[in-house]
Amino acid sequence: MNKPLSDKSWQYRQLNAVTPGLDALSDALLELVAAGEPIVAGTADLQYSNGLSKFHQLHPERFVQFGISEQNMVSAAAGMAAVGMKPYVATFASFLALLCCEQIRMDVAYSKLPVRLIGHHAGISLGFYGTSHHATEDLAIARSIANLTVVAPADANQLMEVIKASNDYPDPIYIRIQRGRDPVVYPHRLPFTFGKAIEHLEGTDLTIIATGSTVHPGLEAAKALQAEGYSVGFIDMATVKPIDRNAILNAAGRCRRILTVEEHNVLGGLGGAVAEVLSDEGMPVRLKRHGIYDEYSLIAPPTHLYAHYKLDTAGIRSVAAAFIEEYRTT
Amino acid sequence: MTRPDFSAASARSNDERFRPTEDEIAYLKDRAKFCRLETIRLIEIAKVGHYTSVFSAAELFSALYYDVMNLRRGEPKWEDRDRFMMGKGHAAVGLFPILADLGFIDPGLLDGYTRLGSPLGDHPDMTKVPGIDFSSGSIGHALSAGCGMALAARMLGKDFFTFVMIGDGELQEGQVWEAALFGAHNGLGHLVGIIDRNGYQLDGAVDDVVGVEPIEEKWRAFGWETHVVDGHDVAAVTTLLRALKADTERTKPVMMIAQTVKGKGVSYMETEPGWHLGYLDPSDAARAIAEIEAMEI
Repeated sequence: MNKPLSDKSWQYRQLNAVTPGLDALSDALLELVAAGEPIVAGTADLQYSNGLSKFHQLHPERFVQFGISEQNMVSAAAGMAAVGMKPYVATFASFLALLCCEQIRMDVAYSKLPVRLIGHHAGISLGFYGTSHHATEDLAIARSIANLTVVAPADANQLMEVIKASNDYPDPIYIRIQRGRDPVVYPHRLPFTFGKAIEHLEGTDLTIIATGSTVHPGLEAAKALQAEGYSVGFIDMATVKPIDRNAILNAAGRCRRILTVEEHNVLGGLGGAVAEVLSDEGMPVRLKRHGIYDEYSLIAPPTHLYAHYKLDTAGIRSVAAAFIEEYRTT
Repeated sequence: MTRPDFSAASARSNDERFRPTEDEIAYLKDRAKFCRLETIRLIEIAKVGHYTSVFSAAELFSALYYDVMNLRRGEPKWEDRDRFMMGKGHAAVGLFPILADLGFIDPGLLDGYTRLGSPLGDHPDMTKVPGIDFSSGSIGHALSAGCGMALAARMLGKDFFTFVMIGDGELQEGQVWEAALFGAHNGLGHLVGIIDRNGYQLDGAVDDVVGVEPIEEKWRAFGWETHVVDGHDVAAVTTLLRALKADTERTKPVMMIAQTVKGKGVSYMETEPGWHLGYLDPSDAARAIAEIEAMEI
């Protein structure tokens, strides 16, 4: 029982050796365990997909395998939190946010228990596995649940800092991550504050606001546009809820256009959140919400999908440039 | 409605070593009566509520809160206390008076049951009500949460027991069976499930809606130690639960199937379906109170 995968197996090599970013989740939790925190990590038959296999190997007494019972996992995590443990439970974002939506609301958020829900392989990053495995609704769902903080780290270092910052955070958190292959945005670990955006660039033509997986290509696109002579700002809105209203309003005060970019339906996620702030405050700016336009994604390898949906650097650059030009002439 | 067959009561419920004294039995019966009478009083404030779901569980509440569970009066957050939660959260109206009686909440709060701003509603909220160990309202979650508590207790080196009451209709929820697998797989010996087998759910008899029998065989097949007990025999319930707590070597979770009568104590509720949710006007309430006052369970 509990025989680990052979390191010669295809699955091991695919899921571990080629995706060092997956170690970040385990490594961050290992740091907390080493500091004496009552951490418990759980997953629903996906320890090799989310990298918790490493945590499992080093701390089997703090690892809980739930099998394919995601709803049971979320409710049980709430029970564990209610008696003093600090549970981090992880499964595909599609299953966590959609299948377990009610358990998250009732047992975790309504009960205000410090459970950390890690939805990995979010957005369309599972490519040709299809609609069942895509999560383009999770930000909208999580954002509408009271008491729940929603955060989407951009890379491994930011994820580690989010986990570290979550340790003493009183509220439940939904942490949206990808598949451990994120290009590096933050070469060094920078202390993370929930609710505080990270402003990379300032601009007067356009500000791009991105979260999670779109931070790297969005930032590269902003840099490319700057090189072309546009004045483009860039904000990493890692915390989607509570959103950093000041960062949005400052950007809106500097330029007349804001472009949100997310690997999510354009309804209800980051774009929706930014639209709410701009509307609440009556800001006279143009907003374009870029992402998946209320449809189910095609199937393809992820990089092909990102190109198709203009969520890679070139795509975001083209969407941003067109947006600037469209309203330059009107 | 025919009275369930109690002949299958388990041997542990007859274990004389754990049997409460006659004085204890009288006290527990009195507290069950208190629970029923307070339920009528509180539902009069709300003008609608789940009388019968409480009446089937009154002896179970009494045995747990006044005898079996390790609690400290006036200290609802004592960390080594035994935990209790229920999937059938709609029976909370019967639990709140007990929490007040134990000094966990201000008894005055009962007078404002369900009124605007009250912490006490039809379903229990752990963030608002000291003594409520877990919130409920959506059927089917509680056993999972109980599994989490029992497993966490083991990780934290705590000896407390976790008791989870679920309804028989609740067995129709798929998540219950996820928890059934999980609890057995992890050998949660300090987890005790209690099925309030009162036979009815909102739309009718459980076994007409979607049948759940054979209940005991199902739980045994899932790897749980099972016991069947007359859920209104407070001595038998207490004896069994004391025996279960004394067995520190057990490596299986326990499911106690409490054979109960929905609406127990009020004749027309016992015999008529359709009282899962209801309201007694003052004359009917007076009749119900008289029956409860006079009854000898």
